[in-house]
Amino acid sequence: MIRVQNLVKTFGTLNAVNDVSFEVAEGEIFAFLGPNGAGKTTTIKMLTTLLKPTSGKIQLDGLDPQVQRNEARKRFGIVFQDPSLDGDLTASENMEIHGVLYHVPHKLRRQRTEELLKQFELWDRRNDQVKKFSGGMKRRLEIARGFLHTPRILFLDEPTLGLDPQSRNQLWTHIKKVNEAERVTVFLTTHYMDEADRVAHRIGVIDHGKLVAQGTPAAIKEQTGTTTLEDAFLALTGSTIREESASSADQMRQFAKMWSGGKR
Amino acid sequence: MSVIYILWLREVKRYLRSRVQIIASLGNPLLYLLVLGFGLGPVFKRAGNGDYLQFVAPGIIGMSVLFSSIFSGLGLLWDRQFGFLKETLVAPVSRMQIMVGRTLGGSTVAVIQGLLITLVCVIAGFRPPNPLAIPLTFGFMVMIAVVFASLGVAIGSGLQDMQGFQLIMNFLVMPIYFLSGALFPLKDAHGVLKYITRTDPLAYGIDGIRSVLGAPNVAFDARLDFVVLLAVGTVFLMFGAWRFHKIEA
Repeated sequence: MIRVQNLVKTFGTLNAVNDVSFEVAEGEIFAFLGPNGAGKTTTIKMLTTLLKPTSGKIQLDGLDPQVQRNEARKRFGIVFQDPSLDGDLTASENMEIHGVLYHVPHKLRRQRTEELLKQFELWDRRNDQVKKFSGGMKRRLEIARGFLHTPRILFLDEPTLGLDPQSRNQLWTHIKKVNEAERVTVFLTTHYMDEADRVAHRIGVIDHGKLVAQGTPAAIKEQTGTTTLEDAFLALTGSTIREESASSADQMRQFAKMWSGGKR
Repeated sequence: MSVIYILWLREVKRYLRSRVQIIASLGNPLLYLLVLGFGLGPVFKRAGNGDYLQFVAPGIIGMSVLFSSIFSGLGLLWDRQFGFLKETLVAPVSRMQIMVGRTLGGSTVAVIQGLLITLVCVIAGFRPPNPLAIPLTFGFMVMIAVVFASLGVAIGSGLQDMQGFQLIMNFLVMPIYFLSGALFPLKDAHGVLKYITRTDPLAYGIDGIRSVLGAPNVAFDARLDFVVLLAVGTVFLMFGAWRFHKIEA
């Protein structure tokens, strides 16, 4: 379903993604793990046509996203690391915009919206503005929206970041349910190793832009001689804390917080 | 339902739901109208230039449309950092459709804002010559809005942070406003100022509104104002589309 061969992305002299290759089968849940700044988000951005690779090949459901861009985009849904909902609009309106952007016919749009909002337990709040939702509800809505156009692949970039254990647990239950019911391939990144261990069929570990290991959680633990995925991860990537400078998004968030009295 | 329509509708709904934004955006124009309109009125009259409120009202309307439209374009910066832009960028639709939907939405909001200010001007004592002037004024407001919403999108497509936004505000938006002849008659401008003001698209927009509203001290023929705005609007729309097309998230 996803095939990546010798993928490279450079920003000036920085090799953000360096010769990465992997495959994800249909219906599989693949966790892409790595420390901060390892190249996870850059890889997702290239897979989802937001960034052009410097070199290498990508195939999504047999399509080259650089060439058959819009066809490839119809095949996947994505939940970004940062929220991408419009807080001023209601849950239904956010779903509606997504449906129109993905050319989902009106009747089907209505039907899928109802189905998914019910499934993700948001139907009763469908007419409320999203800015009034909790973090967990927003995340659920984003994931429900990602499924609206019946994608073959769902990309989840740190979908449970900042959520409490109850919300995280509920979210994965929903994702697994749709993954099984609709045979959707899920490509996810997360910093929660227990989640990856529990949810993913296979795992890829990236560090300094290079893929350092891939296989089932059990195989990775065996390969590193560890008992938990967290220990395996540390064995593969080291225990040094990675420093990242504040991104422009972080700066903007800080600015917005200042102006909205910390409500954002 | 088309992509352009849904993105246009999004901008309009967001505006109509934000009462604070509506009230806040009336503040600056009201201040200019009341302080300058009533403060400078007697001096303007003594100099033989007629009623200052009749002269400055089109400038205040133009100002309101300028700020609202260019900020809607620059709002791309917020959408870019807080997410919604990414949702549109990965969708299987052309960037042109997204850009046009946003620009038309921002322009509509700016025109609504301009109409509200027109109403405030009328309450303050401004008198349009005849009812026909209102649809023509509306036409010029639409053109100003499209010109600057497109410019806003073009600039917003390249902005990465708030420092850039402040730079644009101080070195582009404010000069556009002050050089447009919104507050002083362009026909009396001399030397370098005269030539600089003629490169400002807003000058033609405000002058057009003045022409159709029968305000004193009109600088150009209204047909020239129309042609210049149409040409600049087309160029800025294309420029905005080109810049938007090059966005990488």
